[in-house]
Amino acid sequence: MMMLELKNIRKVFNQGKSYELVAVDEVTVSLEAKKITVLKGPSGSGKTTLLSLAGCMARPTSGRIFLGDRELSSLPERFLTEIRRTHFGFIFQQFNLVKGISTLENVMLPAYPLGGPHSALKKHAHELLELFGIGGRASSKAEWLSGGEAQRTATARALINDPPVIIADEPTAHLDTKLSREFMDIVGRLKEQQKTVIIASHDPLVYEAAVIDRVITMRDGKIEGLDV
Amino acid sequence: MHSWIEKQRNIIDFTLSSLSRRKGKNIALLLVYTLLVFLLASVMFFTHALKREAALTLRDAPEIVVQRISEGRYEPIPRKYIAVLNKIKGVTSVRGRLWGYYYDSVVGANYTIMVPENFPYKSGDITIGSGVSRVRLAVKDDMIPLRAYDGISIIFHVRDVFSSESELVASDLLLVSEPDYRRLFGTSKDLFTDITLKVRNAKEIPTIAEKIVLLLPDARPITKREILRTYESIFDWRSGIIVAILTGAVLAFIIVSWDKASGLSADEKKEIGILKAVGWETSDILLMKFWEGAVISLSSFLAGVLLAYVHVFFTSAILFEPVLKGWSVLYPEFRLVPFIDPYQVSTLFFLTVVPYTVATIIPSWHAATIDPDSVMRS
Repeated sequence: MMMLELKNIRKVFNQGKSYELVAVDEVTVSLEAKKITVLKGPSGSGKTTLLSLAGCMARPTSGRIFLGDRELSSLPERFLTEIRRTHFGFIFQQFNLVKGISTLENVMLPAYPLGGPHSALKKHAHELLELFGIGGRASSKAEWLSGGEAQRTATARALINDPPVIIADEPTAHLDTKLSREFMDIVGRLKEQQKTVIIASHDPLVYEAAVIDRVITMRDGKIEGLDV
Repeated sequence: MHSWIEKQRNIIDFTLSSLSRRKGKNIALLLVYTLLVFLLASVMFFTHALKREAALTLRDAPEIVVQRISEGRYEPIPRKYIAVLNKIKGVTSVRGRLWGYYYDSVVGANYTIMVPENFPYKSGDITIGSGVSRVRLAVKDDMIPLRAYDGISIIFHVRDVFSSESELVASDLLLVSEPDYRRLFGTSKDLFTDITLKVRNAKEIPTIAEKIVLLLPDARPITKREILRTYESIFDWRSGIIVAILTGAVLAFIIVSWDKASGLSADEKKEIGILKAVGWETSDILLMKFWEGAVISLSSFLAGVLLAYVHVFFTSAILFEPVLKGWSVLYPEFRLVPFIDPYQVSTLFFLTVVPYTVATIIPSWHAATIDPDSVMRS
């Protein structure tokens, strides 16, 4: 897996308007492959924005993003989607599971447009749910899951296309201490599987965990410090 | 190719489970949609089948019917005209016809009464249509009295009741012998209701019609094609009434589908955002929305057309009977021969399925072009 590099990244919301907001301001950072990096900082420090820029969810107002030698920031939307699908798995703060469909279907969702054999996909989704200890909840509707189960379902969904990079935004925000620790155990397992993990969090249980390789502290859209 | 099929299958799978989530809303939509297609298709099938029936009935009709016009009105035609018409080249046979209407004050119904070319029974006998048989409670070998023009009742012996296959045209029909007809209406022996002509070559019909007007200036020739056209316009006019009534239903449907189409709920928008965030392309989302619209509109279309088929051809269009058939008292009880015009069905398809599917896709396209990043912030 290649390194993810962000050079002179600036992201401005509502540019030119009176309520313009500079979320990320001239950030340059390299995110190493197969390592676990945490973006730490208070609310409004630009962590989530930087995370979505790194994951090709949004485009920077200025600056360039490289995945290895390939520049991503200039790619058209179609290619960005393709990159997002093949290289990144996302775990959102609100988990963002689709209500009304089963846990299993939620896990399978990112793989649907790839057109792989349905039975193989189903099998793989089951394996992931078993891996996270929620195999018994496969047919339960997403809205019936507890916080921890929803978290693990979201993680299984992020892994269904076997992406090299996992991006997690405040993954422990809705979890108690025990479940947060369990999540960090899962992160440790992802590291063993040679995945690159980028987490935005202001939870000490996350950025102080032994499994973390690097912590980047952010404030007011800028990088304040790098701890390795 | 295989992966393309799997992709469609996966997306259809997801679409179906998506639809089942909003069960109430989708079932209501499905019902309204089916009802609309059912009503429109019923009108279409019915008028088409009737027109076809009329065309079949007229297949053996004479090529030209000659009437006499006096003071701008239709009048009985003199017997001597037959000799004049017989002399026209190309005319193979000329026959005077006697027919009229009889108002039956007992049941308040109008019958058509006529003298057939070969009436197999004697004077005093009558054969009646099944509609007449029903309202007069008369069966074979019963006696029925009819009141003549001078107030005297004539008793007829019912020799036969027509079979139901010909009921569309024969329901209100009475057939009598020539002397009985003339006695009933006081028609002189020198007069006929009209005269029919058979022509050897159909291409000569317009020329013969012109000759008739030259030879008999007070005569009006009516060709078979004109009769057929009149039938068609009557049925078109009647189906027009139904369609006008249905316009309300169509408008209601447009409002429902516009509401559904233009107003993606916050949940639906969020869902589109999630799909984009997990790697669905805009085109995948549109494909899903296309299938969603197609599943609802296609199943409603098929159900509506199927129900209309049963309604028209198995229940004789029970809902439209009073308007479309137009008999006052004597409703014919008959089954139309099933007939579907592919052109009309495809028109209905393009007027219902296509607009709905497009209406479903457009707002989703708007929602699908937003940055998936917004999901991160919700």
